[in-house]
Amino acid sequence: MKSLLESGDAEKLLAASINGELPDERGRFGPFGGRYIPETLVPAFERLEQGVRKFLHDDDFQKEFRAELHNWVGRPTALTPAPTLSARWGCDVWLKREDLAHTGAHKINNAIGQALLAKRLGAKRVIAETGAGQHGVASAAACARVGLPCTVYMGALDMQRQAPNVDRMHRLGAEVVAVESGDATLRAAIDEAMRCWVSDPDGIYYLLGSAVGPHPYPWLVRELQNVIGEEAREQMLRLAGGLPDAAFACVGGGSNAIGLFYPLLADTQTELFGVEPGGRGPGLGDNAATLATGRPGVLQGSYTMILQDDDGQVQETHSISAGLDYSGVGPEHALLQAIGRVNYIMASDEEALDALGELCEAEGILTALETAHAYAAAKKWAANNPGKRILIGNSGRGDKDMPTLIQYPVSARK
Amino acid sequence: MSAHESVSSALRAANDAGRPALIPFITAGYPKLEDFMDVLAAVSDVGDVVEIGVPFSDPMADGMTIQRSSHEAIKNGVSLRWILEQLSANRDRIKAPVVLMSYMNPLLAIGYDELAKRALAAGVCGFIVPDLPFEESHDLRAALESQGLGVVQLVTPATPAERLQLLADASRGFLYAVTITGITGGDGGLPDDLAAYLDRVSKVSPLPVCAGFGIRAAGDVANVGQHAAGAIVGSALVEVLERGEDPAAFLRSLRD
Ligand SMILES: Cc1ncc(COP(=O)(O)O)c(C=O)c1O
Repeated sequence: MKSLLESGDAEKLLAASINGELPDERGRFGPFGGRYIPETLVPAFERLEQGVRKFLHDDDFQKEFRAELHNWVGRPTALTPAPTLSARWGCDVWLKREDLAHTGAHKINNAIGQALLAKRLGAKRVIAETGAGQHGVASAAACARVGLPCTVYMGALDMQRQAPNVDRMHRLGAEVVAVESGDATLRAAIDEAMRCWVSDPDGIYYLLGSAVGPHPYPWLVRELQNVIGEEAREQMLRLAGGLPDAAFACVGGGSNAIGLFYPLLADTQTELFGVEPGGRGPGLGDNAATLATGRPGVLQGSYTMILQDDDGQVQETHSISAGLDYSGVGPEHALLQAIGRVNYIMASDEEALDALGELCEAEGILTALETAHAYAAAKKWAANNPGKRILIGNSGRGDKDMPTLIQYPVSARK
Repeated sequence: MSAHESVSSALRAANDAGRPALIPFITAGYPKLEDFMDVLAAVSDVGDVVEIGVPFSDPMADGMTIQRSSHEAIKNGVSLRWILEQLSANRDRIKAPVVLMSYMNPLLAIGYDELAKRALAAGVCGFIVPDLPFEESHDLRAALESQGLGVVQLVTPATPAERLQLLADASRGFLYAVTITGITGGDGGLPDDLAAYLDRVSKVSPLPVCAGFGIRAAGDVANVGQHAAGAIVGSALVEVLERGEDPAAFLRSLRD
């Protein structure tokens, strides 16, 4: 991996990243990122990029976006001290509560931001893809809020795993399209959304749900999600008495993680940990730990780390959490790994379930299965680093996971 | 004559013989692995140039038919390396020049320099890469062109005039005019303003222009042939293979 970078590049790229110079004008985060798309979509992506450049940092847009975050999403979200976990783990543990955001996860920050953008760009309708259903629900809600029709592509397998969210999307007025192709999970849903967009690039706005895909999405999503880290950083200083020694976030595509980490990149005393799903084990196909076990390649429009075989075929993945079950990852994370600023580690299905249980009984918070991976890794780190201050990105709430959790009754796990 | 020039000259030869060129597309190793060379030989007897699809797990620009055939082919064990081995071992059986259609990742997995050498040795003349826009294509083009191979560029009805010229000049073998704004396999018919679009593309292209996406019947081929050098027939042919019918007979019927 390191071979993609020359010696000395890591420091330069970290500095560029901290100074807000990445992605560059070709949408690259060092060697990663870019835009690998069909010719049919080139004009649409150019329009999208121009639109992002024009509106994203424009005062009117920011004012409207910030107002929606405050009045409708319910920001700032709390920074919650976790006294029982702190006592048990021997560390000072703080939780950034994205589960308290409207619709129950960090996904809503991005969804309302892009929905406002779609409106400005004159889109007739919005399409989105979803894995766990959280982004689908967030998109459906945001589209209802701004008054645009919304179609959500969702893998047929995920529709079974996340049934309550399918119903929520319907109630919020979205159409949900079951994707049977490929592995019938998030990757297939993204492929299908891209295909749909190709058929009407002028009328459709594609509201992508994570920091993945072709430029400008990884950048756009980061800019909409870094409100998490900005708030958390300020709250840690004010409420916890200082920045964390370590911060943990789960990584599917990587949007909640980049949102939490980005404002902390310059604080090099804070160690950053992205936690990927280790699934049922280290074998190809048994997990979705892209950064920990993948290789660079092109998937869904971006040069990034992917889970693939020697022939370049992208592999099916496994995770107990639908929202992490993805063979790719955002290109900015690939860079942060290559330059050594963020450590990417794994937590297994088993460990995530245990962590979810412990958080429920210790702090009265039912977290998402995705998020539980971050807790599992933080707990292990705490065991070797007593007395340190820890920040955990609590990316979402676990109500949506009840159909899965019911298969693991509490008594059986004790 | 370099490999990519043999593609252009095969297409021009068809036009000189007074007919539109025909470019059949097949997914390698579909429906059965062991039939690949027979199917290829049969379609290359009728087609002027043959396009072989390298199956990929995430065929972003393809419709249901080609997606389905790609997934089956991968299950059958088809890989780019296997395709190149088969072609190398059977070069004399294939009369028409061959271009490969592949998404980026299988090409990256082999490595561009290795790819260019092996492809030339296998008799491949060029590559069509649906998820590689011109802006990202420099390294691959350089590696292929060092061996006399090239990248066939795609243009669409939405391509602005300036970009059209850029893509036409960068293309090798032929210029691929996508007929519709959409994915492969559509059966919504060809757009009404197809003639004007193809004329516009042909005017700026130093190479033969071939039209593809949604071409299914003899009438489509004849229609396209009045305004372009040739027609590419993909999903309709793959459906013939799917039904277990004779691909050569189907292709001949497109010429009638
Ligand atoms: C609660 C929650 N956390 C995390 C994720 C993973 O996505 P990302 O890595 O983009 O934050 C999801 C995805 O659906 C989610 O619902």
